Amino acid sequence: MFHSLGRYLLLLRLSFKKPEKLSVYWAEIMREMVSQGVGSLGIIAIISVFIGAVATVQVAFQLSSPFVSQSIAGSVSRDSTILEFSPTISALVLAGRIGSSIASQIGTMRVTEQIDALEIMGVNAPGYLISPKILSGLTMIPLLTIVSVVLGLSGGYLACIVSRDIAPTDYIFGLRDSFKPIIVTVCAVKSVAFGFLITSVCSYFGFYTSGGALEVGQSATKGVVFSCIWILFADLVITSVIL
Amino acid sequence: MIETQHIYKSFGDNEVLKDINAQLRPGRNNLIIGTSGSGKTTLLKCIVGLFEPTNGDVLYDNQNFTDMHFRERVHIRKEIGMLFQNSALFDSMTVEQNIMFPLNLFTDMSKSEKLDRANFCLERVNLKDKNKLFPSELSGGMKKRVGIARAISMQPKYLFVDEPNSGLDPLTSILIDELISEITAEYNTTTVVVTHDMNSVMGIGDHIIFLYNGQKWWEGTNKEIAHTDNKELNNFVFASPFMKAAREKL
Repeated sequence: MFHSLGRYLLLLRLSFKKPEKLSVYWAEIMREMVSQGVGSLGIIAIISVFIGAVATVQVAFQLSSPFVSQSIAGSVSRDSTILEFSPTISALVLAGRIGSSIASQIGTMRVTEQIDALEIMGVNAPGYLISPKILSGLTMIPLLTIVSVVLGLSGGYLACIVSRDIAPTDYIFGLRDSFKPIIVTVCAVKSVAFGFLITSVCSYFGFYTSGGALEVGQSATKGVVFSCIWILFADLVITSVIL
Repeated sequence: MIETQHIYKSFGDNEVLKDINAQLRPGRNNLIIGTSGSGKTTLLKCIVGLFEPTNGDVLYDNQNFTDMHFRERVHIRKEIGMLFQNSALFDSMTVEQNIMFPLNLFTDMSKSEKLDRANFCLERVNLKDKNKLFPSELSGGMKKRVGIARAISMQPKYLFVDEPNSGLDPLTSILIDELISEITAEYNTTTVVVTHDMNSVMGIGDHIIFLYNGQKWWEGTNKEIAHTDNKELNNFVFASPFMKAAREKL
Protein backbone atom coordinates (compact mmCIF):
# COMPACT_ATOMS: atom_id res chain seq x y z
CA MET A 1 0.00 0.00 0.00
CA PHE A 2 2.80 2.43 0.97
CA HIS A 3 4.65 1.48 -2.22
CA SER A 4 1.57 2.43 -4.30
CA LEU A 5 1.06 5.65 -2.35
CA GLY A 6 4.71 6.58 -2.89
CA ARG A 7 4.47 5.87 -6.62
CA TYR A 8 1.24 7.89 -6.80
CA LEU A 9 2.85 10.91 -5.09
CA LEU A 10 5.97 10.68 -7.27
CA LEU A 11 3.79 10.52 -10.39
CA LEU A 12 1.92 13.64 -9.22
CA ARG A 13 5.22 15.44 -8.70
CA LEU A 14 6.36 14.51 -12.20
CA SER A 15 3.00 15.59 -13.61
CA PHE A 16 3.44 19.15 -12.42
CA LYS A 17 7.00 19.74 -13.63
CA LYS A 18 7.58 22.76 -15.85
CA PRO A 19 5.98 22.06 -19.26
CA GLU A 20 8.12 21.91 -22.41
CA LYS A 21 5.86 24.37 -24.21
CA LEU A 22 2.87 26.00 -22.55
CA SER A 23 0.84 26.44 -25.76
CA VAL A 24 0.84 22.68 -26.45
CA TYR A 25 -0.26 21.93 -22.88
CA TRP A 26 -2.92 24.65 -23.04
CA ALA A 27 -4.43 23.04 -26.15
CA GLU A 28 -4.52 19.70 -24.30
CA ILE A 29 -6.26 21.29 -21.29
CA MET A 30 -8.93 22.79 -23.57
CA ARG A 31 -9.44 19.43 -25.30
CA GLU A 32 -9.82 17.69 -21.95
CA MET A 33 -12.26 20.34 -20.71
CA VAL A 34 -14.50 19.75 -23.70
CA SER A 35 -14.23 15.98 -23.33
CA GLN A 36 -14.84 15.93 -19.55
CA GLY A 37 -17.25 18.86 -19.27
CA VAL A 38 -19.40 18.85 -22.39
CA GLY A 39 -19.16 15.06 -22.71
CA SER A 40 -20.57 14.51 -19.21
CA LEU A 41 -23.29 17.17 -19.32
CA GLY A 42 -26.03 14.80 -20.58
CA ILE A 43 -25.61 12.09 -17.95
CA ILE A 44 -25.26 14.67 -15.15
CA ALA A 45 -28.43 16.46 -16.29
CA ILE A 46 -30.47 13.24 -16.36
CA ILE A 47 -29.37 11.89 -12.97
CA SER A 48 -29.64 15.30 -11.27
CA VAL A 49 -33.22 15.94 -12.37
CA PHE A 50 -34.35 12.47 -11.30
CA ILE A 51 -32.47 12.45 -7.98
CA GLY A 52 -33.81 15.92 -7.14
CA ALA A 53 -37.34 14.82 -7.96
CA VAL A 54 -37.11 11.55 -6.03
CA ALA A 55 -35.53 13.26 -3.01
CA THR A 56 -38.36 15.81 -2.85
CA VAL A 57 -41.12 13.19 -3.17
CA GLN A 58 -39.52 10.97 -0.49
CA VAL A 59 -38.96 13.83 1.95
CA ALA A 60 -42.55 14.96 1.42
CA PHE A 61 -43.73 11.42 2.19
CA GLN A 62 -41.58 11.07 5.32
CA LEU A 63 -42.60 14.46 6.72
CA SER A 64 -46.29 14.24 5.91
CA SER A 65 -47.77 15.40 9.20
CA PRO A 66 -50.26 18.13 10.10
CA PHE A 67 -47.65 19.45 12.58
CA VAL A 68 -44.89 19.90 9.97
CA SER A 69 -44.93 22.68 7.42
CA GLN A 70 -44.88 21.48 3.79
CA SER A 71 -42.11 23.94 3.02
CA ILE A 72 -39.72 21.82 5.16
CA ALA A 73 -39.55 19.38 2.24
CA GLY A 74 -38.01 22.16 0.13
CA SER A 75 -35.41 22.99 2.78
CA VAL A 76 -34.43 19.35 3.41
CA SER A 77 -34.30 18.64 -0.30
CA ARG A 78 -32.12 21.74 -0.87
CA ASP A 79 -29.65 20.86 1.87
CA SER A 80 -29.34 17.22 0.88
CA THR A 81 -28.97 18.10 -2.81
CA ILE A 82 -26.28 20.73 -2.20
CA LEU A 83 -24.47 18.86 0.54
CA GLU A 84 -24.58 15.30 -0.69
CA PHE A 85 -26.53 14.33 -3.77
CA SER A 86 -25.04 16.73 -6.29
CA PRO A 87 -21.36 16.59 -5.34
CA THR A 88 -21.12 12.96 -4.27
CA ILE A 89 -23.55 11.15 -6.56
CA SER A 90 -22.29 13.23 -9.52
CA ALA A 91 -18.69 12.38 -8.58
CA LEU A 92 -19.47 8.66 -8.38
CA VAL A 93 -21.13 8.79 -11.81
CA LEU A 94 -18.26 10.88 -13.20
CA ALA A 95 -15.74 8.38 -11.81
CA GLY A 96 -17.37 5.86 -14.13
CA ARG A 97 -17.73 8.21 -17.08
CA ILE A 98 -14.48 10.25 -16.92
CA GLY A 99 -12.31 8.01 -14.74
CA SER A 100 -12.66 4.87 -16.83
CA SER A 101 -12.01 6.90 -19.99
CA ILE A 102 -8.81 8.39 -18.51
CA ALA A 103 -7.48 5.06 -17.21
CA SER A 104 -8.21 3.19 -20.44
CA GLN A 105 -6.87 6.01 -22.65
CA ILE A 106 -3.56 6.26 -20.76
CA GLY A 107 -3.39 2.48 -20.30
CA THR A 108 -3.83 1.91 -24.04
CA MET A 109 -1.11 4.47 -24.73
CA ARG A 110 1.15 2.56 -22.35
CA VAL A 111 0.62 -0.91 -23.87
CA THR A 112 0.88 0.39 -27.46
CA GLU A 113 4.21 2.11 -26.65
CA GLN A 114 2.82 5.61 -27.26
CA ILE A 115 4.07 6.69 -23.82
CA ASP A 116 7.51 5.27 -24.68
CA ALA A 117 7.39 7.31 -27.91
CA LEU A 118 6.72 10.47 -25.88
CA GLU A 119 9.63 9.70 -23.55
CA ILE A 120 12.00 9.00 -26.44
CA MET A 121 11.13 12.42 -27.87
CA GLY A 122 12.16 13.98 -24.55
CA VAL A 123 8.61 14.81 -23.48
CA ASN A 124 7.75 14.57 -19.79
CA ALA A 125 5.00 11.98 -20.37
CA PRO A 126 3.25 12.34 -16.96
CA GLY A 127 3.21 16.11 -17.40
CA TYR A 128 1.84 16.01 -20.93
CA LEU A 129 -0.74 13.26 -20.29
CA ILE A 130 -1.82 13.71 -16.68
CA SER A 131 -1.59 17.40 -15.72
CA PRO A 132 -4.12 18.58 -18.38
CA LYS A 133 -6.57 15.91 -17.17
CA ILE A 134 -6.19 16.92 -13.50
CA LEU A 135 -6.46 20.65 -14.25
CA SER A 136 -9.51 20.01 -16.38
CA GLY A 137 -11.07 17.85 -13.63
CA LEU A 138 -10.40 20.58 -11.05
CA THR A 139 -12.40 23.06 -13.13
CA MET A 140 -15.02 21.02 -14.97
CA ILE A 141 -16.21 18.76 -12.13
CA PRO A 142 -17.10 21.76 -9.87
CA LEU A 143 -18.90 23.34 -12.84
CA LEU A 144 -20.79 20.12 -13.49
CA THR A 145 -21.68 20.03 -9.78
CA ILE A 146 -23.16 23.55 -10.04
CA VAL A 147 -25.23 22.39 -13.02
CA SER A 148 -26.24 19.32 -11.02
CA VAL A 149 -27.40 21.43 -8.05
CA VAL A 150 -29.50 23.70 -10.27
CA LEU A 151 -31.06 20.77 -12.14
CA GLY A 152 -31.57 18.76 -8.93
CA LEU A 153 -33.54 21.58 -7.33
CA SER A 154 -35.45 22.07 -10.60
CA GLY A 155 -36.22 18.35 -10.59
CA GLY A 156 -37.71 18.78 -7.11
CA TYR A 157 -39.88 21.62 -8.40
CA LEU A 158 -41.06 19.48 -11.32
CA ALA A 159 -41.90 16.66 -8.89
CA CYS A 160 -44.05 19.10 -6.89
CA ILE A 161 -45.95 20.08 -10.05
CA VAL A 162 -46.44 16.50 -11.23
CA SER A 163 -47.13 14.70 -7.92
CA ARG A 164 -49.05 17.53 -6.18
CA ASP A 165 -47.77 16.22 -2.78
CA ILE A 166 -46.37 19.67 -2.03
CA ALA A 167 -47.52 23.01 -3.38
CA PRO A 168 -44.79 24.43 -5.67
CA THR A 169 -44.97 27.74 -3.80
CA ASP A 170 -44.24 25.92 -0.51
CA TYR A 171 -41.31 24.16 -2.15
CA ILE A 172 -39.88 27.47 -3.37
CA PHE A 173 -40.43 28.99 0.06
CA GLY A 174 -38.61 26.01 1.63
CA LEU A 175 -35.67 26.41 -0.75
CA ARG A 176 -35.20 30.03 0.40
CA ASP A 177 -35.97 29.48 4.09
CA SER A 178 -33.10 29.42 6.65
CA PHE A 179 -30.39 29.03 4.01
CA LYS A 180 -26.87 28.60 5.42
CA PRO A 181 -24.07 29.62 3.00
CA ILE A 182 -21.68 27.09 4.60
CA ILE A 183 -23.38 24.28 2.67
CA VAL A 184 -22.27 25.90 -0.60
CA THR A 185 -18.69 26.00 0.72
CA VAL A 186 -18.89 22.30 1.61
CA CYS A 187 -20.26 21.52 -1.84
CA ALA A 188 -17.49 23.52 -3.55
CA VAL A 189 -14.70 21.92 -1.50
CA LYS A 190 -16.11 18.46 -2.13
CA SER A 191 -16.41 18.95 -5.88
CA VAL A 192 -12.83 20.24 -6.21
CA ALA A 193 -11.49 17.36 -4.07
CA PHE A 194 -13.50 14.78 -6.00
CA GLY A 195 -12.34 16.26 -9.32
CA PHE A 196 -8.75 15.83 -8.22
CA LEU A 197 -9.27 12.30 -6.90
CA ILE A 198 -11.08 10.99 -9.98
CA THR A 199 -8.54 12.31 -12.48
CA SER A 200 -5.36 11.61 -10.50
CA VAL A 201 -6.27 8.12 -9.23
CA CYS A 202 -7.47 6.94 -12.66
CA SER A 203 -4.40 8.48 -14.36
CA TYR A 204 -2.19 6.59 -11.92
CA PHE A 205 -3.79 3.24 -12.72
CA GLY A 206 -3.66 3.96 -16.45
CA PHE A 207 -0.03 5.09 -16.38
CA TYR A 208 1.22 1.97 -14.62
CA THR A 209 -0.66 -0.48 -16.82
CA SER A 210 1.46 -3.32 -18.16
CA GLY A 211 0.50 -6.13 -20.46
CA GLY A 212 -2.23 -5.90 -23.07
CA ALA A 213 -5.91 -5.23 -23.67
CA LEU A 214 -7.01 -7.33 -20.68
CA GLU A 215 -4.82 -5.32 -18.31
CA VAL A 216 -6.13 -2.03 -19.76
CA GLY A 217 -9.66 -3.13 -18.80
CA GLN A 218 -8.45 -4.15 -15.34
CA SER A 219 -6.74 -0.78 -14.86
CA ALA A 220 -9.92 1.06 -15.81
CA THR A 221 -11.93 -1.04 -13.34
CA LYS A 222 -9.36 -0.52 -10.57
CA GLY A 223 -9.25 3.21 -11.31
CA VAL A 224 -13.02 3.55 -10.98
CA VAL A 225 -13.27 1.36 -7.85
CA PHE A 226 -10.40 3.10 -6.03
CA SER A 227 -11.53 6.60 -6.97
CA CYS A 228 -15.06 5.76 -5.70
CA ILE A 229 -13.63 4.54 -2.39
CA TRP A 230 -11.48 7.68 -2.04
CA ILE A 231 -14.47 9.88 -2.94
CA LEU A 232 -16.55 8.34 -0.13
CA PHE A 233 -13.66 8.65 2.32
CA ALA A 234 -13.00 12.29 1.35
CA ASP A 235 -16.76 12.96 1.58
CA LEU A 236 -16.76 11.90 5.22
CA VAL A 237 -13.58 13.81 6.06
CA ILE A 238 -14.68 17.08 4.40
CA THR A 239 -18.17 16.93 5.93
CA SER A 240 -16.77 16.23 9.42
CA VAL A 241 -14.14 18.94 9.20
CA ILE A 242 -16.20 21.79 7.73
CA LEU A 243 -19.68 21.24 9.20
CA MET B 1 28.92 6.98 -32.15
CA ILE B 2 26.99 5.04 -29.52
CA GLU B 3 28.89 2.79 -27.19
CA THR B 4 27.64 0.31 -24.60
CA GLN B 5 30.07 -0.59 -21.82
CA HIS B 6 29.51 -3.69 -19.70
CA ILE B 7 25.71 -3.49 -19.84
CA TYR B 8 23.85 -5.80 -17.49
CA LYS B 9 20.10 -5.83 -17.08
CA SER B 10 18.07 -7.99 -14.72
CA PHE B 11 14.35 -8.23 -14.00
CA GLY B 12 14.21 -9.71 -10.50
CA ASP B 13 16.33 -12.86 -10.59
CA ASN B 14 16.17 -13.07 -14.37
CA GLU B 15 19.39 -11.71 -15.87
CA VAL B 16 18.46 -10.70 -19.42
CA LEU B 17 21.64 -8.92 -20.53
CA LYS B 18 25.14 -9.96 -19.52
CA ASP B 19 28.16 -7.75 -20.08
CA ILE B 20 27.25 -6.26 -23.46
CA ASN B 21 30.07 -4.20 -24.98
CA ALA B 22 29.40 -2.79 -28.41
CA GLN B 23 30.12 0.17 -30.63
CA LEU B 24 27.32 1.31 -32.93
CA ARG B 25 28.76 3.15 -35.87
CA PRO B 26 27.60 6.41 -37.49
CA GLY B 27 26.33 6.32 -41.07
CA ARG B 28 25.84 2.56 -40.83
CA ASN B 29 22.92 0.19 -40.31
CA ASN B 30 23.77 -1.50 -37.02
CA LEU B 31 21.60 -4.60 -36.65
CA ILE B 32 20.96 -6.34 -33.34
CA ILE B 33 19.77 -9.87 -34.09
CA GLY B 34 18.96 -12.94 -32.06
CA THR B 35 16.24 -15.41 -31.21
CA SER B 36 13.11 -14.38 -29.31
CA GLY B 37 13.99 -13.74 -25.67
CA SER B 38 17.68 -13.21 -26.37
CA GLY B 39 17.52 -9.62 -25.06
CA LYS B 40 17.48 -7.59 -28.31
CA THR B 41 14.64 -5.24 -27.39
CA THR B 42 15.87 -4.98 -23.79
CA LEU B 43 19.26 -3.86 -25.09
CA LEU B 44 17.63 -1.32 -27.40
CA LYS B 45 15.51 0.02 -24.52
CA CYS B 46 18.62 0.29 -22.33
CA ILE B 47 20.39 2.25 -25.08
CA VAL B 48 17.53 4.74 -25.53
CA GLY B 49 16.91 5.06 -21.79
CA LEU B 50 13.49 3.40 -21.55
CA PHE B 51 15.13 0.84 -19.23
CA GLU B 52 17.90 1.70 -16.78
CA PRO B 53 20.72 -0.87 -16.99
CA THR B 54 21.38 -2.76 -13.76
CA ASN B 55 25.05 -2.11 -14.41
CA GLY B 56 27.17 -0.51 -17.13
CA ASP B 57 27.06 2.65 -19.20
CA VAL B 58 25.68 3.89 -22.51
CA LEU B 59 27.71 6.62 -24.20
CA TYR B 60 26.47 8.94 -26.94
CA ASP B 61 29.50 10.57 -28.58
CA ASN B 62 31.46 9.94 -25.36
CA GLN B 63 28.79 11.53 -23.14
CA ASN B 64 27.58 9.14 -20.45
CA PHE B 65 23.82 8.93 -21.07
CA THR B 66 23.19 6.52 -18.17
CA ASP B 67 24.42 9.02 -15.56
CA MET B 68 22.45 11.94 -16.99
CA HIS B 69 19.50 13.59 -15.27
CA PHE B 70 16.12 13.77 -17.12
CA ARG B 71 16.68 17.37 -18.26
CA GLU B 72 20.21 16.61 -19.53
CA ARG B 73 18.90 13.61 -21.43
CA VAL B 74 16.37 15.82 -23.25
CA HIS B 75 19.23 17.37 -25.26
CA ILE B 76 20.27 13.96 -26.56
CA ARG B 77 16.69 12.76 -26.98
CA LYS B 78 15.98 15.66 -29.34
CA GLU B 79 18.58 14.01 -31.59
CA ILE B 80 16.92 10.60 -31.39
CA GLY B 81 14.26 9.27 -33.74
CA MET B 82 12.62 5.94 -33.06
CA LEU B 83 10.30 3.64 -34.95
CA PHE B 84 8.49 1.26 -32.62
CA GLN B 85 7.40 -2.28 -33.37
CA ASN B 86 3.72 -1.26 -33.51
CA SER B 87 4.61 2.20 -34.87
CA ALA B 88 3.25 3.85 -31.67
CA LEU B 89 1.50 6.63 -33.57
CA PHE B 90 -0.73 8.83 -31.43
CA ASP B 91 -4.26 7.56 -32.12
CA SER B 92 -5.96 10.88 -31.40
CA MET B 93 -3.86 12.78 -33.96
CA THR B 94 -3.84 12.78 -37.74
CA VAL B 95 -0.76 11.70 -39.69
CA GLU B 96 0.25 15.35 -40.11
CA GLN B 97 -0.24 16.14 -36.40
CA ASN B 98 1.82 13.07 -35.46
CA ILE B 99 4.75 14.31 -37.54
CA MET B 100 4.38 17.90 -36.34
CA PHE B 101 4.15 16.87 -32.66
CA PRO B 102 7.89 17.00 -31.85
CA LEU B 103 8.22 20.16 -33.94
CA ASN B 104 5.42 21.81 -31.91
CA LEU B 105 7.14 20.98 -28.65
CA PHE B 106 10.79 21.55 -29.39
CA THR B 107 11.10 24.11 -32.18
CA ASP B 108 10.08 27.71 -32.73
CA MET B 109 9.09 27.07 -36.35
CA SER B 110 6.03 28.86 -37.72
CA LYS B 111 2.95 26.82 -38.58
CA SER B 112 3.69 26.97 -42.32
CA GLU B 113 7.29 25.87 -41.74
CA LYS B 114 6.08 22.93 -39.67
CA LEU B 115 3.57 22.00 -42.37
CA ASP B 116 6.29 22.16 -45.01
CA ARG B 117 8.51 19.93 -42.92
CA ALA B 118 5.67 17.43 -42.35
CA ASN B 119 4.92 17.36 -46.08
CA PHE B 120 8.61 16.88 -46.88
CA CYS B 121 8.87 13.95 -44.45
CA LEU B 122 5.69 12.37 -45.82
CA GLU B 123 6.93 12.76 -49.37
CA ARG B 124 10.23 11.18 -48.31
CA VAL B 125 8.41 8.03 -47.17
CA ASN B 126 6.15 8.05 -50.26
CA LEU B 127 2.98 8.97 -48.39
CA LYS B 128 2.00 12.20 -50.07
CA ASP B 129 -1.61 13.38 -49.54
CA LYS B 130 -2.20 11.18 -46.48
CA ASN B 131 -1.88 14.15 -44.09
CA LYS B 132 -5.42 14.17 -42.78
CA LEU B 133 -5.85 10.44 -42.18
CA PHE B 134 -5.87 8.99 -38.69
CA PRO B 135 -3.62 6.01 -37.77
CA SER B 136 -6.67 3.72 -37.63
CA GLU B 137 -7.23 4.43 -41.34
CA LEU B 138 -3.73 3.27 -42.36
CA SER B 139 -2.37 -0.18 -43.26
CA GLY B 140 0.50 -1.73 -41.25
CA GLY B 141 3.10 -0.70 -43.83
CA MET B 142 1.76 2.85 -44.03
CA LYS B 143 1.86 3.14 -40.23
CA LYS B 144 5.53 2.11 -40.28
CA ARG B 145 6.27 4.74 -42.92
CA VAL B 146 4.45 7.43 -40.91
CA GLY B 147 6.48 6.26 -37.89
CA ILE B 148 9.66 6.76 -39.91
CA ALA B 149 8.44 10.17 -41.10
CA ARG B 150 7.83 11.20 -37.47
CA ALA B 151 11.22 9.82 -36.44
CA ILE B 152 13.06 11.89 -39.08
CA SER B 153 11.03 15.08 -38.60
CA MET B 154 13.62 16.50 -36.20
CA GLN B 155 16.53 15.41 -38.46
CA PRO B 156 17.87 12.90 -35.92
CA LYS B 157 21.48 12.00 -35.40
CA TYR B 158 20.51 8.58 -34.05
CA LEU B 159 17.73 6.41 -35.50
CA PHE B 160 16.40 3.40 -33.59
CA VAL B 161 14.10 0.86 -35.20
CA ASP B 162 12.43 -1.99 -33.33
CA GLU B 163 11.32 -4.93 -35.48
CA PRO B 164 10.52 -2.89 -38.62
CA ASN B 165 9.25 -5.91 -40.57
CA SER B 166 6.95 -7.52 -38.03
CA GLY B 167 3.51 -8.13 -39.48
CA LEU B 168 4.44 -6.94 -42.96
CA ASP B 169 4.43 -8.82 -46.26
CA PRO B 170 7.89 -9.54 -47.82
CA LEU B 171 7.59 -6.80 -50.46
CA THR B 172 6.62 -4.09 -47.96
CA SER B 173 9.38 -5.35 -45.62
CA ILE B 174 11.96 -4.82 -48.34
CA LEU B 175 10.60 -1.32 -49.04
CA ILE B 176 10.86 -0.42 -45.34
CA ASP B 177 14.42 -1.81 -45.17
CA GLU B 178 15.41 0.20 -48.24
CA LEU B 179 13.87 3.32 -46.75
CA ILE B 180 15.80 2.87 -43.48
CA SER B 181 19.00 2.30 -45.41
CA GLU B 182 18.47 5.38 -47.61
CA ILE B 183 17.72 7.59 -44.60
CA THR B 184 20.86 6.33 -42.83
CA ALA B 185 22.95 7.33 -45.84
CA GLU B 186 21.16 10.67 -46.41
CA TYR B 187 21.30 11.92 -42.80
CA ASN B 188 24.46 10.02 -41.81
CA THR B 189 22.56 8.70 -38.80
CA THR B 190 23.74 6.05 -36.39
CA THR B 191 20.96 3.60 -37.17
CA VAL B 192 20.22 0.72 -34.81
CA VAL B 193 17.75 -1.92 -36.03
CA VAL B 194 16.48 -4.77 -33.88
CA THR B 195 15.29 -7.61 -36.06
CA HIS B 196 15.14 -11.33 -36.61
CA ASP B 197 14.19 -10.98 -40.26
CA MET B 198 16.86 -12.63 -42.40
CA ASN B 199 16.05 -10.51 -45.46
CA SER B 200 16.93 -7.43 -43.41
CA VAL B 201 20.08 -9.06 -42.09
CA MET B 202 21.35 -9.95 -45.56
CA GLY B 203 20.01 -6.79 -47.21
CA ILE B 204 21.03 -3.91 -44.95
CA GLY B 205 23.27 -5.43 -42.24
CA ASP B 206 26.39 -3.25 -42.47
CA HIS B 207 27.25 -4.12 -38.89
CA ILE B 208 25.58 -7.00 -37.08
CA ILE B 209 25.56 -7.92 -33.40
CA PHE B 210 24.21 -11.37 -32.59
CA LEU B 211 22.84 -11.86 -29.07
CA TYR B 212 22.54 -15.32 -27.56
CA ASN B 213 21.15 -15.90 -24.06
CA GLY B 214 21.68 -12.24 -23.22
CA GLN B 215 25.33 -12.18 -24.29
CA LYS B 216 27.04 -10.72 -27.33
CA TRP B 217 27.90 -13.90 -29.19
CA TRP B 218 29.11 -12.67 -32.56
CA GLU B 219 29.81 -9.41 -34.38
CA GLY B 220 30.44 -8.83 -38.08
CA THR B 221 28.88 -7.84 -41.40
CA ASN B 222 26.29 -9.44 -43.68
CA LYS B 223 29.13 -10.57 -45.94
CA GLU B 224 30.83 -12.40 -43.07
CA ILE B 225 27.68 -13.98 -41.65
CA ALA B 226 27.37 -16.51 -44.49
CA HIS B 227 30.80 -17.93 -43.84
CA THR B 228 30.95 -17.96 -40.07
CA ASP B 229 31.52 -21.19 -38.18
CA ASN B 230 29.74 -19.91 -35.07
CA LYS B 231 27.37 -22.78 -34.28
CA GLU B 232 24.64 -20.77 -32.49
CA LEU B 233 24.64 -18.09 -35.18
CA ASN B 234 24.42 -20.70 -37.93
CA ASN B 235 21.53 -22.38 -36.13
CA PHE B 236 19.74 -19.02 -36.02
CA VAL B 237 20.49 -17.72 -39.51
CA PHE B 238 20.21 -20.97 -41.40
CA ALA B 239 17.35 -22.49 -39.44
CA SER B 240 15.07 -23.00 -42.44
CA PRO B 241 15.74 -25.58 -45.21
CA PHE B 242 15.56 -22.73 -47.74
CA MET B 243 18.35 -20.79 -46.02
CA LYS B 244 20.42 -23.97 -45.63
CA ALA B 245 20.10 -24.59 -49.38
CA ALA B 246 20.95 -20.96 -50.10
CA ARG B 247 24.08 -21.22 -47.98
CA GLU B 248 25.30 -24.28 -49.85
CA LYS B 249 25.10 -22.28 -53.09
CA LEU B 250 27.14 -19.41 -51.63
